[in-house]
Amino acid sequence: MKFIIAIIKPFKLDEVREALGALGVAGMTVSEVKGFGRQKGQTEIYRGAEYSTNMLPKVKIEIAASDALTPQIVETIQQIASTEAIGDGKIFVLELGSATRIRTGETGDTAL
Amino acid sequence: MIRKVLCGAAGLGTSLFAASAAFAQEVAAATTPAPEAVTTLIKAPSVEQMATMVNKGDTSWMLVSSALVLMMSVPALALFYGGLVRTKNMLSVLMQVFMIVAVASLVWVCWGYTMAFTSAGSAFPSIVGGFSKLGLMGVTGGTYAATFSNNVYLPEYAFVIFQMTFACITPALIVGAFAERIKFTPLMIFVVAWLTVVYFPIAHMVWYWAGPDFLIDTVVKDAAGNLVSQDAGYLWGKGALDFAGGTVVHINAGIAGLVGCLMIGKRVGFGKEATPPHSLTMTMIGASLLWVGWFGFNAGSNLEANGVTAVAFINTFVATAAAAISWAIVEQIHHGKPSMLGGATGAVAGLVAITPASGFAAPLTSIVLGLLVSPVCYLFVSKVKNALKYDDTLDVFGVHCIGGIVGALGTAIVAAPSLGGQGYFDYTVFPAVAVTPEGYDMVHQLWVQLQAVVLTLAWSGIGSAILFGGLKYTIGLRPTEEAEREGLDLSEHGERAYNY
Repeated sequence: MKFIIAIIKPFKLDEVREALGALGVAGMTVSEVKGFGRQKGQTEIYRGAEYSTNMLPKVKIEIAASDALTPQIVETIQQIASTEAIGDGKIFVLELGSATRIRTGETGDTAL
Repeated sequence: MIRKVLCGAAGLGTSLFAASAAFAQEVAAATTPAPEAVTTLIKAPSVEQMATMVNKGDTSWMLVSSALVLMMSVPALALFYGGLVRTKNMLSVLMQVFMIVAVASLVWVCWGYTMAFTSAGSAFPSIVGGFSKLGLMGVTGGTYAATFSNNVYLPEYAFVIFQMTFACITPALIVGAFAERIKFTPLMIFVVAWLTVVYFPIAHMVWYWAGPDFLIDTVVKDAAGNLVSQDAGYLWGKGALDFAGGTVVHINAGIAGLVGCLMIGKRVGFGKEATPPHSLTMTMIGASLLWVGWFGFNAGSNLEANGVTAVAFINTFVATAAAAISWAIVEQIHHGKPSMLGGATGAVAGLVAITPASGFAAPLTSIVLGLLVSPVCYLFVSKVKNALKYDDTLDVFGVHCIGGIVGALGTAIVAAPSLGGQGYFDYTVFPAVAVTPEGYDMVHQLWVQLQAVVLTLAWSGIGSAILFGGLKYTIGLRPTEEAEREGLDLSEHGERAYNY
């Protein structure tokens, strides 16, 4: 099993969710996050006082997936979430030790 | 040229026209010359006669205007300011404005009205009033206050209420200068003291006079041969024009705010931490309600519902629009983007600038005044403040004091009859007559306006410094650094503005 963390641009979330749903991804966790990478921040000006925001809003998607499905998921997110501009985000894949469905106590791939 | 006692503009009132109209038929029948109609005006009327000179339309308008001006404090000013502070200080600003209104209204009834709008028994009747109406003693439903027209009166309570709303909003304006860093109780003590030693004397000096039917009996020749009234506030007697409170309200509060922010000191983290507004939505709502309420403030200041009231109304409308536009244009040029906060700030600057001129200007000159005030205020809030590094949190000085000065000086220009202005009325004759276009001396008027500005700056600046200093070194003005970091909502009031 793999644990996939994808940081993407917020407006790409719906497209990504639809594409992953079509792949057969049964669930995901989404959070609104802030962070910085190579993309420059924004400048806000209030009555002449400038504030540069280094942290930009992004969406973080977390998916637990079977080993078999993982490459397709990564490829799909990469293709759908790309605008070919800096700030598109990153995808991380981690080894997942175990998964347990709380309701039934099932473990492993069947719990996903 | 004899310098006459000048007074605020206003047409000869509706009752005069009504009296003239009623008389006209008799005149026609008897072929009496028209000027006879004027003699029906009563000089120094008795209370019984005043009772017949009250117009229900005027009274209604003044009561509605009073409610509009109250709305300018709560919620308009509170929201305008509240939106500009950080989330953790939102309630402190709302609470400060709300309670200042409550406190000031009681102070006004107890000793404010008598100190501002009487002269009997005062040791310095041109500086501050006496205590003959302490606790509104002697004011009843059957006493009357003068307007700007001969033989037109308001129920005195209506005048007391209208002026009360001004005493409520003026100290509330000050808190923006040191928002996010003041303890609540010392602030309330400051407000009571500031109203007493600063606001009431300034209001008296600028706005108190004997009234159009009585002034003529108080006029004497001074050493220079000028006609001066012995029963008028110092600046009124000089001929300073301040229709709705450019000096009394805005310069007065603006300089007090600057002194306060200097004496209290900068916010913790000022210049290092970002302190962006937490809700410009609220600020926009507040600014819009201010715009609406200001019609009561400016048009209501005519004390009657007549043509000059409509003049003040339209001037208030268009000067504000012009200033909002010019602020947005300045931002577009300077930053490439016009901001909502800029539009709202420009609107307030325009409202401030037109306040002293509202009943004197014409719509087109009001627009010019509005277009000019925003760049000047913009310079102060974005350049001068940053250069001098004072922490005027919500730009009370940059918008209200500077905008007030632009308006007070501009009044001398836009009031000129040659520019379509209303001029002023000469009350040293009975009935009052409007100044002629040739008789209006713009340079002299500008000089008088400047004196009013300087006196207000000095009186309020020094008075505020003494009061803030006294509190600073006794009970203290600032919360602890820890409390300030936590936010005044929790540390001063024990609650949060938002619980998501």
